[in-house]
Amino acid sequence: MGSYVPNRKSEQEAMLKEIGYQSFDDMFSVIPDSVKLKAPLNLPKGKSELETANCIKAMAAKNKSYRGIFRGAGAYNHYIPSIVRQITSKEEFVTAYTPYQAEISQGILQSIFEYQTLICQLTGMDVSNASVYDGATAAAEACAMCKDRKRKTFFVSETVDPKITAVIKTYSFGSGCEVVMVPAKEGKTDLAKAKEMMADAGAASLLVQQPNYYGLIEDVRGAVDAAHEAGAKAIVSCNPFSLAVLETPAEAGADVAVGEAQPLGLPLAFGGPYIGFMACTHDMMRKLPGRIVGQTEDDNGNRAFVLTLQAREQHIRREKASSNICSNEALCAMTVSVYLGAMGEKGVTEVAKQCINKAHYLQKGLAEAGLTKTYEGEFFHEFVTTVKGSAEELCEKLEEKGYLAGLPISEHELLWCATEMNTKEQMDEVIALVKEVVA
Amino acid sequence: MELIFELGQEGRGLDLLPECDVCEVTLDAPKRAGKMHLPHVSETELSRHYTRLAKRTHGVNDGFYPLGSCTMKYNPKVNEEMAALPGFTSVHPLAPVESVQGCLEVLYTLQEDLKEIAGMDHFTLQPAAGAHGEFTGLLLIKAYHKANGDEKRTKIIVPDSAHGTNPASAAMAGFEIVNIPSGEDGCVDVEALKAAVGEDTAGLMLTNPNTVGIFDKNILEITEIIHKAGGLCYYDGANLNAIMGQCRPGDMGFDVVHLNLHKTFSTPHGGGGPGSGPVGCKDILAPFLPGSYAVKTADGYEYEGCEESIGSMRSFAGNFLVIVKALTYVTTLGAEGIKEASQNAVLNANYMRVKLADVYDMAYDVTCMHEFVMTLEKKKKEINITAMDIAKAMLDYGIHPPTMYFPLIVHEALMVEPTETETKEEMDHVIEVLREIMAKAKEDPEYIQHSPHHTVIGRPDEVKAARTPVVTYEF
Amino acid sequence: MSTPTELKFSKSHEWVKEEGDVMVIGLTDFAQSELGDLVFVNLPEEGDEVEAGEAFGDVESVKAVSDVFSPVSGEVCEINEDLLDNPAAINEDAYGAWLIKVKNVTDTEELMDAAEYDKFCESEK
Repeated sequence: MGSYVPNRKSEQEAMLKEIGYQSFDDMFSVIPDSVKLKAPLNLPKGKSELETANCIKAMAAKNKSYRGIFRGAGAYNHYIPSIVRQITSKEEFVTAYTPYQAEISQGILQSIFEYQTLICQLTGMDVSNASVYDGATAAAEACAMCKDRKRKTFFVSETVDPKITAVIKTYSFGSGCEVVMVPAKEGKTDLAKAKEMMADAGAASLLVQQPNYYGLIEDVRGAVDAAHEAGAKAIVSCNPFSLAVLETPAEAGADVAVGEAQPLGLPLAFGGPYIGFMACTHDMMRKLPGRIVGQTEDDNGNRAFVLTLQAREQHIRREKASSNICSNEALCAMTVSVYLGAMGEKGVTEVAKQCINKAHYLQKGLAEAGLTKTYEGEFFHEFVTTVKGSAEELCEKLEEKGYLAGLPISEHELLWCATEMNTKEQMDEVIALVKEVVA
Repeated sequence: MELIFELGQEGRGLDLLPECDVCEVTLDAPKRAGKMHLPHVSETELSRHYTRLAKRTHGVNDGFYPLGSCTMKYNPKVNEEMAALPGFTSVHPLAPVESVQGCLEVLYTLQEDLKEIAGMDHFTLQPAAGAHGEFTGLLLIKAYHKANGDEKRTKIIVPDSAHGTNPASAAMAGFEIVNIPSGEDGCVDVEALKAAVGEDTAGLMLTNPNTVGIFDKNILEITEIIHKAGGLCYYDGANLNAIMGQCRPGDMGFDVVHLNLHKTFSTPHGGGGPGSGPVGCKDILAPFLPGSYAVKTADGYEYEGCEESIGSMRSFAGNFLVIVKALTYVTTLGAEGIKEASQNAVLNANYMRVKLADVYDMAYDVTCMHEFVMTLEKKKKEINITAMDIAKAMLDYGIHPPTMYFPLIVHEALMVEPTETETKEEMDHVIEVLREIMAKAKEDPEYIQHSPHHTVIGRPDEVKAARTPVVTYEF
Repeated sequence: MSTPTELKFSKSHEWVKEEGDVMVIGLTDFAQSELGDLVFVNLPEEGDEVEAGEAFGDVESVKAVSDVFSPVSGEVCEINEDLLDNPAAINEDAYGAWLIKVKNVTDTEELMDAAEYDKFCESEK
């Protein structure tokens, strides 16, 4: 059996006797017989480390490894510098608890303060929290931030990732708020419709995604104006690399910026752990859920960092808290910080540019191969193509050659993505394969 | 110590990417105007910065970490190795089912293991943390009553000893909270409970052992009272480390539970996350489970979703790498190892409780489970020494303090949870330190009141931090 | 600080001052001393209704939140905006730092005078 209990059986027996118990059963007699298990758990026997490792490795080996990944849709394949993994494996960081004892947690607290600063730099916003579970829950919490006694309806564009919308709807089942979908027009948010629908509708917020689910670049300023006209707040869910190049949510006048920061140094990892960022204007600071680290001084005037504004949170407000969130994704936030430290402004901008260049190269090549671009309009690093035949079948053909193609989002449509990880050779090969299939 | 923004020079950086092999495209879209101030450091500076930060961080790997209700047990290194396997880290969550059979096997296997440990019929691994799991479980209860046309069940009963996430999650799920007082013994006051139930009762949230570390003997009676009134029972699994392999929430009358993989199942806390909060339930709640979970068929593993699902708690299947770590742990321990863990968790807590009882006041003078609560209420009146003072004094010995000021039903509380992975010598050392601190407190209270004296910073000014929040660096 | 004799007091440690038809409400010195350094105040909006015995807002210290109860029923006609930026004013001068003013008062709780309140505080200690 595998065990992490250091005291040997003889030591355990001695301890029991020393404090007045005859046996473990004696000590556990506080549990009534009516609920005690009468037989051991029906689980396999424990294993040595070697056996356990072989068992788990065997599972990992059953997953397919691709030569090239051309799929995004909320999870992106980017290069992770070696230093990121090295630093985030340091045992102090991995095994620390939440930094409630500031005097011995300055390392964690400072790293969160740095993370908050980085998110504010990316989004242009005034305040960021220490992170939430993922981009989808960040969007749901952002909607909840914007509601008040008179405004309880969340407007969400249909061009937002449906996985995000699903979470917003689930959270709203809890809060009893209404979620209204704003239709799309040619793949982008129909702002005229948005204005119409939000007028006098008790709108708390309008959420748009930039770039949107189809990869297209939205008119965020227009969305912000539409929201503010209706007295609602504007929330933008953004891809972090797009922030290096496109007008930021802050520049567009948004109230809250959220998004999935997985692309910034976190592996694909079958969907988690990921990390949701949330940033807002100064006015909305006290509505921001989750942990926030602030700078202060100790009694000797040294700079010090602490968890602050804790009276917003569940451990103090209990049922009056605006959110129940307790954990953040601390180690993931540190991963993002190390990544951004390693890349710097130059690196992040370079990744953004390469994504743009390669995605446009791929799109042109695929168009020539027979996959038409479904929507007009500028895109960032994802785009949708229409195929006459079955989208699934096209994927299968590319799968045979070791490529994960764009995501089939309908019978005849594929959502493609290209990042700095896709080489020209790979893209040329994919284009050639597609040409064969389409012919 | 400097912030990363105060290091380096413009122009410094790492050489990580090749040049672009396709031609440049200028986007036809509104561009970012403002400068992005990101760090401009070399790899040397970046590496040293984080080494300095690590020196100012205290993890379970540094020493005894007796945080009550957090279960800071040792984080096995094999878990970390398994979670770093490229066969797991490089998998796209939206890859076809046939190409992710290994991941689905991981999910399925842990689902089955947790069902057995908790005594539940189904498990979802989607929730990302304990509070997230609580919210999920409460939504299941809400959906259940709605499906039965029982719309007047709007209240959730919560004992006043509960963790703050309990009422907060219930409020987020749209319920009203009914607080019931705990009895003199720290357990649920059964008469108060009987008076509190009615036709508007949606359910009860409870943990057993409770937040003062005591196993509530009346548990079967308690869950029956709720069931008879038409409500459901929710188990907060934060304290599972005391009872796994000994008894199960499913056998105590609970209908839905959440577990904390980052507590009971040894996955590391990471400084505050990522965690994972799987939710288990009995058959009656299964139709409402969120997302999709893994099922085993003749041809392999598949995803399955529920018809009346409450929707989705997050994108994708869960904190997968955390799940891998927990599965590695359960695989290592097996049935006997799980029981051994809870046995020793309880032994270690009672050991420390008994050996400190002559110097520190215990809130309850009974056999505890995996944690116990000391109270400084009397000492505060006698010599003006508070729980905060003792906690800060421990920092000078390099020991992380216990949980302070929780649960709320005990004044000046210090909640101690050693866990099963501590040696007898370590516990004896900590007992000595605590005795020394109390002796010093009686002899020279001012010294203790001004602790800590030997940490990198003194007590920070939290009032200033809250009155004038500074939450980003000013460039 | 001696308890001002022109004020009336509630059992939940709020003070009330009559200014013609308008009731001015604040927190007592005893309350601010029990609460510790205040870092934020949550007040209602002008035009909101308040009810005698019900909470109309709360005050935050670093580690706790406490409800503030209205001793009267009526309509909020003014809030002390200065407190939003400087909650410390309540700690510095509890009887000078009013929270809200209420008009159209329809109901009042049973209140104590200064002497009765002092005795009440003694018994709470």
